[in-house]
Amino acid sequence: MNIRSYLVQRISAIVMVPFVVTHLIVIILAVQNGLSAEEILGRTRGSFGWAVFYGVFVLAVSAHAAIGVETVLTEWTTLRQRSATLVAHIFGFLLIIIGLRAIFAVISP
Amino acid sequence: MGRTDPIDSPPEGRDNQDMLAVEVHRGTEDDSRFDTFYVPMSENQSVLDVVTHIQRFLDPGLAYRFACRVGVCGSCAMTVNGIPRWTCRTHVSRVSSNGTLRIGPLKNLPVIRDLVTDMTDFFEKWQKARGRFVEPSDSDTVSDNLGSSTTAASNKSFPVRGENGLYVIPPDGAARSEANAAIECINCGVCYSACDVVRWRSDYFGPAALNRAWAALNDERDGDHEGLLRMISSNGGCHNCHSHQSCATHCPVELNPTQSIAGLKKASVKASFRAGRQK
Repeated sequence: MNIRSYLVQRISAIVMVPFVVTHLIVIILAVQNGLSAEEILGRTRGSFGWAVFYGVFVLAVSAHAAIGVETVLTEWTTLRQRSATLVAHIFGFLLIIIGLRAIFAVISP
Repeated sequence: MGRTDPIDSPPEGRDNQDMLAVEVHRGTEDDSRFDTFYVPMSENQSVLDVVTHIQRFLDPGLAYRFACRVGVCGSCAMTVNGIPRWTCRTHVSRVSSNGTLRIGPLKNLPVIRDLVTDMTDFFEKWQKARGRFVEPSDSDTVSDNLGSSTTAASNKSFPVRGENGLYVIPPDGAARSEANAAIECINCGVCYSACDVVRWRSDYFGPAALNRAWAALNDERDGDHEGLLRMISSNGGCHNCHSHQSCATHCPVELNPTQSIAGLKKASVKASFRAGRQK
């Protein structure tokens, strides 16, 4: 791990703290009256605020998880640094695509 | 000289309680085994004494490494009952359980034969981590890579030279104190052998090399803090450390490489932000 990966991982972790807390609170509140697709979609559809919230959340998670995977690959497999970095980049982009697609699905009116 | 067959039972006439049963690693990485030897116990016996007894009286073919026998040269480190130790200063009474010892070569280094490891990687990483002192050129007046800090690493000016041309370094200065805390390393390789990250990553410089880099970073006379920070911030550098603290736990001279590496991480981050602002 070099200084760039180190900084991105630490900063993304700091960014995630308020997002994780908010996400957990929303989950607890959302299940109070029974969990349903209508209830969730009613809150998120057309909401610019939730789109930004989860958009930033997805980007932070993708960066953080990808660097974690890169570290695991370099320490626990025989992959060389360059190969591990490539796999981690692919993993990170997949997370971004999957995450943003999910946000689009619940935000689009 | 022919090799003596290992003794697999105590010599006749000796009480088992007077004898240490010592399992010793033999052979190379590709072909290794543990042979058992019985060594007479004595008071104030070090592990190195035991190994020397085996080599002199039981098996002259045993390969091991030592020099000073008083904890200065750092050449006799081995793995004793699973833990890396300097064997010349390790009393058998402190580490033997039930009159047995299991002695192997240091971990995380290639084994040449028996108890001898190839230390090439260990010392080459010292060089990679920029462990050498670099004399500043006369035109150097400012070392400004570290931003503000309470350690010497942050001092922007080189120390003044006295009339005799030597730098004047106050021995009680903050920087000198940081450097002093890291300079007594005897290069034994115990920390390198104990480190999980060294085992996981072949390119990781390791605790000893980074501890040395921290001492150099706090050396006000050093003329290449920029190059040093570049190296310790690279893929093999300080940011790989998981702070498991095995190095500090097992260091025979009670240095704390984990703390040195934490200092390097802080200096590396500060230098990175400073470089970002200058762009």
